[in-house]
Amino acid sequence: MDTEAFNQTLALECHHIWKVFSNTSRNGWHRIITKTEAVRGIDLKVPRHQILGILGPNGSGKSTLIRMMATLLIPDQGTISVFGMDVLRHRMEVRRLINRVSVEASFFKKLTARENLAYAAGLYGVPNLRAQQEATRILERLGMPKTKLVVPLENLSRGQQQKIAIARALLTSPTLMLLDEPTTGLDPTSRREVQDFILQVRAEHDATILISTHDMQEAERLCDRIAIIDQGKFVANDSPGELIRLWGENHGLEHAFFRLTGRDLINEQESL
Amino acid sequence: MGREARALGSIVRRNFHLIRRYLGWEVVFLFYNIVNTLTIGLIGLSLPPSQRAKTVVYLAIGALLWNFLSILFQEIANAVSWERWEGTIEYSFMAPIHRLTYLFGVCLYAVLYGLLRTMIVLLAIMFFFHVSIRHADWMGALLVLFGSVLPFIGLGLMGAVLPLISTERGAQATQIIQGVLLLVSGVYYPVSVLPMWLRWFSYASPATYTLQASRAAILQGRSMGSVVGVSLELMLSGFILVPLGLWIFTSAEQWAMHRGTLKRNG
Repeated sequence: MDTEAFNQTLALECHHIWKVFSNTSRNGWHRIITKTEAVRGIDLKVPRHQILGILGPNGSGKSTLIRMMATLLIPDQGTISVFGMDVLRHRMEVRRLINRVSVEASFFKKLTARENLAYAAGLYGVPNLRAQQEATRILERLGMPKTKLVVPLENLSRGQQQKIAIARALLTSPTLMLLDEPTTGLDPTSRREVQDFILQVRAEHDATILISTHDMQEAERLCDRIAIIDQGKFVANDSPGELIRLWGENHGLEHAFFRLTGRDLINEQESL
Repeated sequence: MGREARALGSIVRRNFHLIRRYLGWEVVFLFYNIVNTLTIGLIGLSLPPSQRAKTVVYLAIGALLWNFLSILFQEIANAVSWERWEGTIEYSFMAPIHRLTYLFGVCLYAVLYGLLRTMIVLLAIMFFFHVSIRHADWMGALLVLFGSVLPFIGLGLMGAVLPLISTERGAQATQIIQGVLLLVSGVYYPVSVLPMWLRWFSYASPATYTLQASRAAILQGRSMGSVVGVSLELMLSGFILVPLGLWIFTSAEQWAMHRGTLKRNG
């Protein structure tokens, strides 16, 4: 990557992003096409070294937005740049700078953590030995014993799998980490460990982090700024303190969220 | 270049690791493969003694080559379905490597795995049927086999596109294609026995030429020179089918990234 691009102050920039999904169903001989506007005209600027939280109810467009940033989905309109490089025109260069942890830990479940990490390291051109040493170090930091590295992923808990997913993302030293609900389904201790680790990664690796979450406390604890998304649109984008002050009537982020989206996030989660 | 080579190696290694983890199934599939091949070969033994050896070899060639070519097609065509099923497709596809490297890794593994399994079945056949083929031109047969790898990779790449286009039905469609190839390529009979309308399909299948030329080399002991032409034609068709398959694959990937179908399971 060229130094000029890396030195850009903006790690991520989205300009007027739109994504509409079409779904075809049949009613007898008739084809019915329904369109869902998943993301509607999103503008976003994330300075380098910032942790930005995206907070929104289920189906609000968080994951779609992250997928577009991760070069996995092509926007219908608008542009996304990572360190000044367009994600469509410089796909390969952007992919070298980013890594993503998704809500579902995407692993070959029959393979051990070590085998999965070796595969990931190979894809990103990291020497296997270095990758294994680094992964061991990261996992120890996340409170996972070394012995777990040789256990098939399917025999590990969801929390342990998610920790390995984070270790895998860090192996490639990404300068922009896209974390799509990384702590969903983790127990409080694991959640806390992962959160501490995210803060540590930002401090030690000079990484910019974009995290989508359902967890208000997590967002408040980790994020420099929080963008609240509802029905594909950002309805607010500010620091946690300002969001609480302006929208939460000083009753907390949840109150602000409820006022901005007109929904109760906790009830929505419970209904799933 | 080094980065791409490392990625290629990791894809091949990953697949061999998966074989180890699904070893029970591998043993079962291999056992079925061997039994199936022997069963087909045994049909030859039911014939009058003068025709036995030749028929057994004729059928065994069909079974072995189909074993290899179908593995090649299946492994490549199912690469996408497999990653989808495991839930790793997005991770693999957002890696900073060329799609060509990814697909070449899948193909390299398919060739190695196909050869390994076919060699084991061949050993079983040699142990079970004591037929001697004194005049066989093995080098010629190998040349034909080598020539057929590329067109089958091309077909596999086209097959791999289907799960990208249709999440639910793509994998099913690849099985249908494989079935049609089995029917029309003259695996266990000459294509001349097929009804005329089906024979047109046999002309389009690279397996038809592979089987005919291999049988000519092994059963009739035709010289290597006589199969060079077919082998070159097969390779030439591969030089068309592989880039075509790659082009179709990358176009389908773009389409899937527009439609958002890369991710869905099922």
